Amino acid sequence: MGSRQKKELKLLTGRVLLTSVKESFIKLTPANQIKNPVIFIVLIGAVVTTAVFFNNLFSAHFSGFILQITLWLWFTVLFANFSEAIAEGRGKAQAESLRKSKINTRAIRLNAGKEEEVWATELKKGDLVVCSAGSIIPSDGEVVEGISSVDESAITGESAPVIRESGGDRSAVTGGTKVISDRIVIRITAEQGKTFLDHMISLVEGASRQKTPNEIALTILLSGLTIIFLMAVVTLPAFFSYSLNSSELPKNMNLTLPVLISLLVCLIPTTIGGLLSAIGISGMDRLLQKNVIATSGRAVEAAGDVDVLLLDKTGTITLGNRMATDFIPANGVTIEEFADAAQLSSLTDETPEGRSIVVFAKEKFNLRGRNLNTADTVLIKFSAKTRISGIDIRLQDGKIKSFRKGAPDAIKKFIEDNNGFFPQNVKDTVTRLAMQGATPLVVTDNIKVLGVINLKDIVKGGIKSRFEQLRTMGIRTIMITGDNPLTAAAIAAEAGVDDFMAEAEPEDKLSRIRSEQLKGHLVGMIGDGTNDAPALAQADIGIAMNTGTQAAREAGNMVDLDSNPTKLIEVVETGKQLLMTRGALTTFSIANDVAKYFAIIPALALPLYASSGVPGPLSALNIMHLASPESAILSAVIFNALIIIALIPLALKGIRYKPLPASRVLVGNILIYGAGGLVAPFIGIKLIDILLNSLHLI
Amino acid sequence: MNVYDFVQLTLFLLVLIILTPLLGRYMARVFLDENHVLKSVVNPVEKAIYRLISCKGEEMDWKKYTYSLLVFNFMGFLFLFFLQLCQSYLPLNPQKLPAPSWSLAFNTSISFVTNTNWQSYSGETTLSYLVQMAGLTVQNFLSAATGISVLLAVIRGLVRKTANNIGNFWIDATRSILYVLLPLSMLLAIILTGQGVVQTFHPFAKATTLMGSGQVIPLGPVSSQIAIKQLGTNGGGFFNANSAHPFENPTPFSNFLEMLAILLIPSALTFTYGRLIGSNRQGWTIFLVMFTLLIIGLAVSYYSEYKFSTIAGININMEGKETRFGLGNSVLWSVATTSASNGSVNAMMDSLTPLAGMVAMFNIMLGEVIFGGVGSGIYGMIMFIILTVFIAGLMVGRSPEFLGKKIEAFEVKMAILAILAPNLVILIFSAVSCLTTPGLSGLNNPGPHGLSEIIYCFSSAAGNNGSAFAGLNSNAPFYNILTGFGMLIGRFGVIIPVLAMAGNMAGKKITPFSGGTFRTDTWLFGLLLMAVIIIVGGLTFFPALSLGPVMEHLLLIK
Repeated sequence: MGSRQKKELKLLTGRVLLTSVKESFIKLTPANQIKNPVIFIVLIGAVVTTAVFFNNLFSAHFSGFILQITLWLWFTVLFANFSEAIAEGRGKAQAESLRKSKINTRAIRLNAGKEEEVWATELKKGDLVVCSAGSIIPSDGEVVEGISSVDESAITGESAPVIRESGGDRSAVTGGTKVISDRIVIRITAEQGKTFLDHMISLVEGASRQKTPNEIALTILLSGLTIIFLMAVVTLPAFFSYSLNSSELPKNMNLTLPVLISLLVCLIPTTIGGLLSAIGISGMDRLLQKNVIATSGRAVEAAGDVDVLLLDKTGTITLGNRMATDFIPANGVTIEEFADAAQLSSLTDETPEGRSIVVFAKEKFNLRGRNLNTADTVLIKFSAKTRISGIDIRLQDGKIKSFRKGAPDAIKKFIEDNNGFFPQNVKDTVTRLAMQGATPLVVTDNIKVLGVINLKDIVKGGIKSRFEQLRTMGIRTIMITGDNPLTAAAIAAEAGVDDFMAEAEPEDKLSRIRSEQLKGHLVGMIGDGTNDAPALAQADIGIAMNTGTQAAREAGNMVDLDSNPTKLIEVVETGKQLLMTRGALTTFSIANDVAKYFAIIPALALPLYASSGVPGPLSALNIMHLASPESAILSAVIFNALIIIALIPLALKGIRYKPLPASRVLVGNILIYGAGGLVAPFIGIKLIDILLNSLHLI
Repeated sequence: MNVYDFVQLTLFLLVLIILTPLLGRYMARVFLDENHVLKSVVNPVEKAIYRLISCKGEEMDWKKYTYSLLVFNFMGFLFLFFLQLCQSYLPLNPQKLPAPSWSLAFNTSISFVTNTNWQSYSGETTLSYLVQMAGLTVQNFLSAATGISVLLAVIRGLVRKTANNIGNFWIDATRSILYVLLPLSMLLAIILTGQGVVQTFHPFAKATTLMGSGQVIPLGPVSSQIAIKQLGTNGGGFFNANSAHPFENPTPFSNFLEMLAILLIPSALTFTYGRLIGSNRQGWTIFLVMFTLLIIGLAVSYYSEYKFSTIAGININMEGKETRFGLGNSVLWSVATTSASNGSVNAMMDSLTPLAGMVAMFNIMLGEVIFGGVGSGIYGMIMFIILTVFIAGLMVGRSPEFLGKKIEAFEVKMAILAILAPNLVILIFSAVSCLTTPGLSGLNNPGPHGLSEIIYCFSSAAGNNGSAFAGLNSNAPFYNILTGFGMLIGRFGVIIPVLAMAGNMAGKKITPFSGGTFRTDTWLFGLLLMAVIIIVGGLTFFPALSLGPVMEHLLLIK
């Protein structure tokens, strides 16, 4: 990850900047600009002032003022284009590096059992191909035979290889990745041109970017504002002509086209209009930097709206596996004796839980693994029927020690079936541990109950505060687990989730999502297995882990390349940040207009109702004390153009996001972007005015 | 501002605040069809009306609702138009008044159908008793009922979950009239008659003055019309002088009641709204936003009027004000009547100081949402709420929603249309008037004041207010037709998008409230809503206002 980010940074400062400048000019075609109504108006304005300038020039009248206005109007359009280009540029650079992994390779296809070499492009959905160590996987597929480690760094940027095996939830492989060990047989699951890699390239390039619902709504709002300001400016000459007829002085006045266009361009929301698409593109880009690929901008936006998160307990909330944390011997059994039995009975247990018991005994009681003579031992493997595992050891004296370990109810049945006795104090311990959300396992020697092993789910560090943040953001978390309700409740309490589903089957997830959605909630979930696919498809935001099955990856609307379940939270934050950036810049853009009015209107109306020698009364509105009407108008236009450039980094990075309740987020943003937007242009325009006059540009 | 002004203002606002929940709760019961005082008495009449118009009470989708409303209003227009043109052939015309010109009849009909009551004519010398009673007064009721109906439809759109229909227009209109407008008007008419407002079919009285000359004193069925003109935010006076006329507004008490009546129903409807959407807080939030804007307007107006008196070196600026009521009452009335889209006056707006005149004008330009018209004030406000929620919602990082309903492109589009329509009328029609001879020939005053008169005229029309800066002679085909269309666009250019939005909203799911939801019933939201209203209005009209009233003010203080 680290190296990957560094690489991007370099790309941004280098070539991307240059191509973006080029792109800004290429984007000047009307067909392209009309997609953005606000900037399109500026373009028309720029064309008209250019025409006016040259028209004047032909009649041998050079106006430096009109020339400067014209140039800055063109800059306004170019700056807007540049912001879009630079946002796209980052994606394009990324796409290029992806495309390199898409070199056409040879593949070995299994045809009726026989291997034949073909071009990867000839492969069809359903074909079986063989990949062995060193070869590039030709297309997306599913491992149907074998296990191997695969280098997926081309896609994920992560250099540590991952395991891919047939069956189970880690069977999906991606075209363009490299097999580094063993041999696997893959069934191709994607048509050529529609592979994950193709999809990813088109996504990061922004080729398939469509406007999101919020973006459309915002564009309508901005167009509405543009119409209002267009009318305010278009009707101005009429009011001026009336005022002119009524005032004694002057008898004519230059309310020229370039001046009116300048006023219009300053008033219409060019700041947000110019940056809107850059914000949208960079939203997806930021997700990409977090190694999450969204199938659409719509998905990123929806992520910000999610108010219910379904989280699998294992891997997301807990470290993944239960671990032995305590040995509690029965009455009359020493702890050493019990630890020894517990370790012995777990030696055959290959599950993480079993291994954790062996490790715990080793660390706590210094019991090393011992040599067990295979002739003297009989391993009792865990079976689903008895739900008990263990070991029989023939001792030197010929006696057989028979250790068993299992869930309390299974052991109880086993003991009672053999006319044994399940002591009350053990029963109490079991109940107590279960109440605490732990998993008790009981160990026996023949039919004597030795004690209870306490297996606990270890809740991930910091997860509780994360959920607290989510709660303040208004997001409810639901933990999903196959555990019994008691265990589930205890872990839920420890982790601080709002709700949990115990003993959940895969179908339960789907029905829970449906019922939450019916109540009007937007649900996000993260999943990997094939049985997660329906739920992923049903959820409003379904994030599939890259390690997951092909079915899961296709069902979700995002793929997390790091396969990190807590990523969901970051995705939600990115979605929110995206919307907030749009809202904040819109507010800023509109708030700016107040200052621009105060700059331009007094400048225009200065001569109205003036008596000789004394400027008109509206000069009282020139509260910024701008030097002259021309410099006032030009300063406003320049400020208007420069603010776009100044805000590009903000548009690309997104505004600062903190998990706080909605009202506090709002107050903060209104103070910064509303009040700031009100004040900033007063200062900016005044400074530009001083600069223009000191450089004698006007 | 003197002590009496202050005491009276406080009393006025206090009574308004007290009556808001009382009347509001009653109206909520009426529209929820629950039991209330009048139900048993009036219910048979209601049923009889439904039978008469064969209304089975079936629910309508927004298109059908809008269609019914438009047909209803169009019929009202036709009836009023031809009633005026035929008045010389019809009874109850003791002064033998001839038919008005077609352009005036057109203007007056639209004016009363759209709840504007812009009057290009003098009531007492133009229209017969019959037209005033059966035409104008009836439309006063119907246009107010139309406003309430639209509000009810919008509320249903907000409250209903994945539904198609937004109520039945005929039922909404009938209930508004039978249970709210009629009883209140009757009550007020009786009190006003007791105060000395005339109510008679007798011809104008002839009197001989102390000087020995003859005088004609106009009479007519006045109180019945005055009550509803105030209550229904109509504002069209029986007499040309409107509520400055002693037969329309004889005593300080009648003045107080009439002022109260201007704001009463729009204010109470905020409470009704809260009740109907299931959150009193939401209603009170809207009330407080309107109330605060009203106070701001009052403060500027009072300041300007008293300040001007000091500048001009006179004791109190009484030009154009009714001596019976004094300056304080005139200012209060001017702000109330322009905040609510009433338009009745008890002083001449034209004679207000430039800034007080600007307050009146700006109140209308803001879209008549400071209490506003009956019903229309709140549904106009809801459009501003949609905009505010949209921008604020984005800023908290969630798809914007209002009362659990997602605000999407369609809602934004409709809100923009509804806010844009009247604003464009004001700007474009004023500009056209400034550039054309017929537009300029109506002016009596030169300079920035003349510009204010033109802009006020179209603001009043587009905002369906009806008051005028009197200096403009608007009874000419040019103004009659232009303001006529202005009123139409200002009314139905808002109603249609509002209903379309209501229909679309009704079909949406309701997202439950969570900590990430942006609340719309807090002071924060109120402030933000206020800011959006002022900024949209301010940015749209900054140039126009600075060349009109601001310029006049600056010239005056120079």
